[in-house]
Amino acid sequence: MLPNPIPLVILSDYLAQADTLVQECRALLDGLDPATRLDVAKGQLNALKDDRLAALQGALRALPAEDRRAAGTAFNTLKTAIQDALDAFTSRQAAAAGTAAFDGTMPARRAWRGSLHPVTLVIDEICEIFRELGFTIALGPEAETEWYNFGALNFPPDHPAMELHDTLYLGEDTLLRTHTSPVQVRTLQRFAPPVRVLAPGQVYRRDFFDATHAPAFMQLEGLAVDEGVSFVDLKATLAEFARRFYGSSRRVRFGPSYFPFVEPGAQMDVEVDLGDGKGLRWVEILGCGMVHPNVIEAAGVDSEKYTGWAFGMGPARIAMSRYGVNDIRILYDSDVRFLEQFAR
Amino acid sequence: MIVSHEWLKQFVPHTHSAQDVGEALSRHCVTLDNIESLGTHLAPFVVAQVVEAGRHPNSDHLWVTKVDDGTGTLLDVVCGAPNVVAGHKYPFARTGTVMPGGLKIEKRKIRGETSNGMLCSARELGLGEEHNGILTLTTDVPPGTPLLEVIQRADARLDLDVLPNRPDLLSHLGVAREVSAITGVPLQAVPPELTAAPSTLPVKMGDDMVQGEHAAVTVADTTACPRYVAVVIKGVTVGPSPEWLQQRLDGIGARSISNVVDATNYVLHGFGQPVHAFDLGKLNGRAIVVRATREGERIVTLDGAERPLAAGTVCICDAAAPVALAGVMGGLHSEVTAETTDVLLEVAVFEPRFVRAVRKAVGLTTDASYRFERGIDAGNTLDIAKHAAALITQVAGGEVVELLDVGRAPARRAPVTLRPSRLARLLGVAVPVDEIVRRLESLGCQVTPEGEALSVQAPTWRHDLLLEVDLIEEVARLVGFDALPDELRPFRPGSAPDHPLHLASRRVRDVLVGAGFAETRPMPFTATGSEHSPRVRNPLAEDEPFLRASVIDTLARRAEYNLSRMQGNLRLFEIGNVFLPRPGRLPREEMHVGALLQGARRPAHFTEPNPPAFDAWDAKELAERLTAAAFPGQSVRLETADGGAGWRIVVEGLGTVGAVAPVVLDKPVWAAEAWGVEVTLGELASDDVAAPRTNAHAPADRESAAGRAVRYVPLPTTPAAEIDLALVVPDATPAAAVETAMRTAGGELLEQVQLFDEFRGAGIPAGSRSLAWRLTWRHPERTLRDKEIEGRRARLLDHLDKELGIRPRAS
Repeated sequence: MLPNPIPLVILSDYLAQADTLVQECRALLDGLDPATRLDVAKGQLNALKDDRLAALQGALRALPAEDRRAAGTAFNTLKTAIQDALDAFTSRQAAAAGTAAFDGTMPARRAWRGSLHPVTLVIDEICEIFRELGFTIALGPEAETEWYNFGALNFPPDHPAMELHDTLYLGEDTLLRTHTSPVQVRTLQRFAPPVRVLAPGQVYRRDFFDATHAPAFMQLEGLAVDEGVSFVDLKATLAEFARRFYGSSRRVRFGPSYFPFVEPGAQMDVEVDLGDGKGLRWVEILGCGMVHPNVIEAAGVDSEKYTGWAFGMGPARIAMSRYGVNDIRILYDSDVRFLEQFAR
Repeated sequence: MIVSHEWLKQFVPHTHSAQDVGEALSRHCVTLDNIESLGTHLAPFVVAQVVEAGRHPNSDHLWVTKVDDGTGTLLDVVCGAPNVVAGHKYPFARTGTVMPGGLKIEKRKIRGETSNGMLCSARELGLGEEHNGILTLTTDVPPGTPLLEVIQRADARLDLDVLPNRPDLLSHLGVAREVSAITGVPLQAVPPELTAAPSTLPVKMGDDMVQGEHAAVTVADTTACPRYVAVVIKGVTVGPSPEWLQQRLDGIGARSISNVVDATNYVLHGFGQPVHAFDLGKLNGRAIVVRATREGERIVTLDGAERPLAAGTVCICDAAAPVALAGVMGGLHSEVTAETTDVLLEVAVFEPRFVRAVRKAVGLTTDASYRFERGIDAGNTLDIAKHAAALITQVAGGEVVELLDVGRAPARRAPVTLRPSRLARLLGVAVPVDEIVRRLESLGCQVTPEGEALSVQAPTWRHDLLLEVDLIEEVARLVGFDALPDELRPFRPGSAPDHPLHLASRRVRDVLVGAGFAETRPMPFTATGSEHSPRVRNPLAEDEPFLRASVIDTLARRAEYNLSRMQGNLRLFEIGNVFLPRPGRLPREEMHVGALLQGARRPAHFTEPNPPAFDAWDAKELAERLTAAAFPGQSVRLETADGGAGWRIVVEGLGTVGAVAPVVLDKPVWAAEAWGVEVTLGELASDDVAAPRTNAHAPADRESAAGRAVRYVPLPTTPAAEIDLALVVPDATPAAAVETAMRTAGGELLEQVQLFDEFRGAGIPAGSRSLAWRLTWRHPERTLRDKEIEGRRARLLDHLDKELGIRPRAS
């Protein structure tokens, strides 16, 4: 017996059939509702294409040898085109499904956010401004000798001025520093003028811990010593600081004050709004003055040649008014619900 | 210091408002803390005359009066005062007036009789305690005159923040001097209201004693009491003070006691000279002896307290016993009373340190001790004594019969040289020499030119003008700081680099904030410590006298605080100092960073409703990251701590710098395990930099980034080969030992060894675990062949078996 005769196929017919099948598949898939389940869509597609695709594959062998190559290419193109049509359907399906199922209003996956203490935020800002004005950061120990804390700072022994500083003593002549001013002396002893430093640090007073006082709190000291440094430098630098810190429209004024380690001694007031509804008012921001020649000499520096100015301020007070904290204790409690309000 | 504006005007008759004066003082001299208007509550009251006074028909103690209040209509007023007399004038509250106590006077019927207003007592007007009757006014003014024109209580009270360097401002005269210097209004050294002429009697003088006709004064300790003036006044009549004197004391919020005592207080607050009046008749032997007390002596002071006196306390005594605490308070026994007729008035100078000793010994600060301790004007004692005595005769009658003066005024201090050139250098602007002279003279200085410079003799009341710079300050503040230019001038950068601990703390802080930690700033006090622990000798609160040795201790207490507030997700950190015992004067002070982690690793999210809690591995990672930030470029190793969970943190070249450990907390059952990391950033040197008055100047290197620069490794151009190895590792063999062995046997092409799984259970013998590593090999120039990898794997397994007895997990 002869084998089953293979019907002869003409190439042009073959290509036309392939093209028709693509058109029909596309028409089927494009016509489907995107909500149609994928298995249902595939079922319909398969019903349409499977037999005809198999026939076209089988017909390849029936083509004359010289036409087979062109037909094979067409067959592959046909398969790719059907797959593309199916992909187009699934992405249409996904797009339609996406608008319904993806709720972009749901919250992001969050990480814990860290925070700096409000007093640190204030210290940082002050330090940054003074950095712009040429200052570096100096540090000193909190446990100090009486000499660095009082003697070198021109406190006469047994003078009532000492009673301004109710001191926490560690030993006979050692104490917890009552101000950051000992850093002035340490810096002047260690570094030759010109000296231009800022010294933030914790200081201690023998105060009860209540809404307005703490036995340990931050202070920030500044010191500039060089030949020809004058009260005008003090005034202009501190006023410039105040304008950069509080805003260039703020008014600044200087009045007399007294600290044993400066002469002349002054205080700087700035007209600020404390946010308590009372509007602008003068608030003392810092104490300052020209470094007393006795202090410069105590540090082993020639006070006739070198002059300088210094200031001290309390960043906690500034933080309290800036952030509306009315009880200082919350700055120490470390309640995370408070601290996390300063997260960045 | 409380200053009455009206009193001040007695010394300097300016015309400025109290507000303006306070402001001027704030700008040039002393800070004005507060200003209070006085007498404004008296503004609604008027002077009224009672025209008729008759008995109330329905009462045996009430009066029905007809009152002329100046409006032209006589008013019916019911009055309960026993002293209402027709024809006399009284303070009157018309209907509608609000009394100081808040009561509003209205027309009403009192037992059937209409009353249109109220006649007032002193107490009802807030003018004292007198309430036995209405206040009778001795005045010629017509009815209807505002009461304030008769009772001159309109005043302003200025509260000045006088600092310890300016005791001369602790009197109206002292403040007046400043107002005069600032405004140019001339000073009146004696207020016009002191009308009695000072005594012109000859003064009996002596170096350490003087015997007069009426009294004797002996000063045994002329160091403690360099000057003692006693004035004997005979025939005084003790009684109430005149209105003007009461007004002065009212102006500063002081109580009127009696004319003699009020006069002494006038001198104290007016001139700054504490004075004391003794009842001469009660002084034994009519003598004053300034001496040290003897064993067992005691005194009852004016406040009624009996005070034993340590032997050697400087006291004012009579011939027998102490009668006053020198410079602090008088004695009760010799107090001036209503019966006193003869007075010995003490006007003395006591040295500050002796008064301070007495004050501390008896624990009593008074207006007098406050001034003596800071230093009074010792240059004008006799004159003030004369004025004080005259004032007593003015208000209490009597006659000055004797003035005794022991000791002398101190020698004037040497003048101070002021160079105008130095002033210009220090202030940054030149002040003309004639202005310098004028400013200093306005303060009472005597200025003499001395070549280019000025020789300045400070007045006796200014103990603070000792150096050239003190005089420069006087000129500067009188010119006004605000008058100096606000002009940023060139400067040279400083020689001090940033402190390395500041830089380290910044880096560490950034890591922690980035990792979600909250910075805390608690105090470094703690309740527990050893006998060697640094501690505060005079703590206010005895519960936390020690200085901490660890930041984690502090953070643990802060964690407990949060847990007690139901806050269990904690990431706290602190950068602060700790204090460690060491031989020598000061403790070793170190800056530490501590971090405490507890609770959820991440916030809950709908994709992960219950995030896992922090554990040891989070703590270990944080420690590695923190330490790397603290010591950049140095290799960090965490060594398993001996005998417990946790690690020692070791930095190459530095040794152990910290630890990672679980934190023991007093915690509720729901709270997760807490872990702590603490790292020492460095020591804060507290040794003396150099001996006093010397320096140790030397250049300093800024901490350099060069040393910690990372070297770039060229990126690989060939593919890596990876294999996974699961090994059964006995619990006794640390993973690190396995990794070391792997690196030894893996050859130089072994690039990475990464542990990625731990498993215990089925198929693994008890006492062992399965650990799985991913090993990466790479040849820098070519792709490794499978056979090469297989060979390496075999050698490595062989080595592990031989060295550690470790084999692959059976698959």
